[in-house]
Amino acid sequence: MKIFSFVVAIMLVFALALWANQESYKTRIALKELRKTQQDLSKSYSRLDALRTEWAYLNRPQRLRKLVELHFDQLALRPLRAQQFGLVSEVNFPKEEFIIAFEVGGEKLVAMFSSEDILQ
Amino acid sequence: MRTPLALVLTARMKGENPYFEKIKSSQFRDEDFEKRIRTDSEKRLRLLSQSILSIFVGIAICMAYLATYGVTSESLAWSGGDIAAQRARIVDRKGRILATNFETHSLYAEPHRMINPAAVAAKLTDLFPELEYDRLLKDFTGKRKFIWIKRKISPKQQQAVHDFGEPGLFLGPREMRIYPKGDLAAHVLGGATFGKEGVSAAEVIGVAGVERKLDSVLRDTTSTKQPLVLSIDVTIQEIVEDVLHSGMQLFNARGASAVLMDVHTGELISLASLPDFDPNERPRFPVSGKPDNSPLFNRAAQGVYEFGSVFKIFTVAQSIDLGLVTKNTMIDTSAPVRVGPFSIREFRNRNYGKISVSDIIVKSSNRGTARLGLLIGKDRQRDFIEKLGMLKPLELEINEAKKSQPLFPKNWGKANVVTISYGHGISITPVHLAAAYAAIANDGMYTAPTIIKQNNAHKSYRVMSSEAAKDALNMLRRVVTDGTATFARDSAYSIAGKTGTAVKPKATGGYYDDKVISTFAAIFPDDDPQYVLVMTFHEPVGVSDDKPRRTAGWTAVPAAVEVIGRIAPLLNLTPRVALTTQSSLN
Repeated sequence: MKIFSFVVAIMLVFALALWANQESYKTRIALKELRKTQQDLSKSYSRLDALRTEWAYLNRPQRLRKLVELHFDQLALRPLRAQQFGLVSEVNFPKEEFIIAFEVGGEKLVAMFSSEDILQ
Repeated sequence: MRTPLALVLTARMKGENPYFEKIKSSQFRDEDFEKRIRTDSEKRLRLLSQSILSIFVGIAICMAYLATYGVTSESLAWSGGDIAAQRARIVDRKGRILATNFETHSLYAEPHRMINPAAVAAKLTDLFPELEYDRLLKDFTGKRKFIWIKRKISPKQQQAVHDFGEPGLFLGPREMRIYPKGDLAAHVLGGATFGKEGVSAAEVIGVAGVERKLDSVLRDTTSTKQPLVLSIDVTIQEIVEDVLHSGMQLFNARGASAVLMDVHTGELISLASLPDFDPNERPRFPVSGKPDNSPLFNRAAQGVYEFGSVFKIFTVAQSIDLGLVTKNTMIDTSAPVRVGPFSIREFRNRNYGKISVSDIIVKSSNRGTARLGLLIGKDRQRDFIEKLGMLKPLELEINEAKKSQPLFPKNWGKANVVTISYGHGISITPVHLAAAYAAIANDGMYTAPTIIKQNNAHKSYRVMSSEAAKDALNMLRRVVTDGTATFARDSAYSIAGKTGTAVKPKATGGYYDDKVISTFAAIFPDDDPQYVLVMTFHEPVGVSDDKPRRTAGWTAVPAAVEVIGRIAPLLNLTPRVALTTQSSLN
């Protein structure tokens, strides 16, 4: 009995050692992958940073103003003025007509509305 | 061991071997001894096994803890890679980048590794025309083993250096500070330079502006992932600088500045000073001449000036706040006000006669404000001006602001009371002025100005009653409708404000006749004040007319109207024009 339990214990130790060894290797592989991902991430971040910087540089107001002047004949962009604001009631909306079909007691009916009717 | 004599004698008497006893006793003693040793070692073994067990239990607990709470080791924790070492970015209130970092390379040489120094020097002077051939050759052939050639080089230049294939030239990675918006908000940002330099990295340190003042915050590697958010709005700043620039050319001005402040939060939406500079190529500090001749000089938050008539509203607001007068009290401005040897005169020797307190502001009467100033008295006047923050340097997050100590008389006499009542004999910065106007606009609550984006008002306190502030605001509106700022009357955004055309003091004493500082301090929209704009031109002369125009009404007011007209849509303000077109349709 005593010998049996010894044998079992020793086998258990071996099994555990084997398992621990495997885990250790897995961890090392995972760490390696992690480091690589971190490097990639770091590279991507600095690339992103460079792109952001470039974007900010290309969008500097001085350059945009020059572009507006250069393409004035095509775009005619001007600063926003108060005169360009208006009231919603001043907008001349196009007249729209709606057709609604419905059934009353098996009889098919059609109703027609215009957008003006709805607004009133 | 010797046997005691008594035992030997008794044994002999009994006819026994006296040494037998001895053996017996020693046997007993050995047994005793063994027993003792055994219990001792048992104890030791138990102790040892217990301690080993406790160590193992400890390790097990540690492992269980690590497994459950997952304390990550150094190699596992990601610190953000290279980003962590960087200086924090600076962005505007809408997140647009004002200052960031850029990876570049520095170029250095180790001459003892060179094969043909003369050829290297020639190639380098071809690539970088600013380098001198003789100087380089002298360095390369001398005793030095290490020479910096260029601190920052572009990727194109880097490739060219690679193409040389010279063994003595080396490239070191460098992180430089870059300001993508160029000279925009240059005085706010300041600039940065390299501190301690190594071949693999260099320290970036702020030299002026926010970069210098908040250097430690920007360099704090634990918080670098968060950019520093300024209260500046890039688009508005650009419009302000654009108008200032055109205004300076139109009025042949030496300089100009503008401050746009949110009256509720104290945030400076725009802070501009012209002439300006490019922080990417920051000029050196001037070593001779007046500091304000340098474009580095900040006319908005560093330079202190006498602003003249824009000050009058403070005198009037205080006298109403103290209950000395009401807005309708009549004041006689016909009799000259004499203080010592001086007689106070009106602009172009006019005489306004008996006018109301409101009309003192509308007509900008020197004698009227002088009389109110004398009613207030020196102590109360000084206290009020102190409460408006105009006796101490600005606590702004720009390095230059610490130099903005206002100039005011040490012994505040009666003559000073009179001149200060209409804005002479006290010098402040445009930011001081804007903050004081913001107190009028913000219902009498003073808010300290800041250049950092705020979520709510920072440091505000009451300086005058709400009624006094309202009366003052109405008077400022009348300046626009009936007074000296009528250029602002037809703006689509209702503006209130006060003009000031102050003659510049000479360095030798006295004042220039033809050099003025023209200022317009505007509050808009006047029915629900939200912003204060202080626009200043230094030594303007408008020559489009038959006579030279220097007054603020002809210079600063039209420029401010242009700025407000262009920025108001960006500030979500509703123009009055919508209502006028509506009425014209009906």
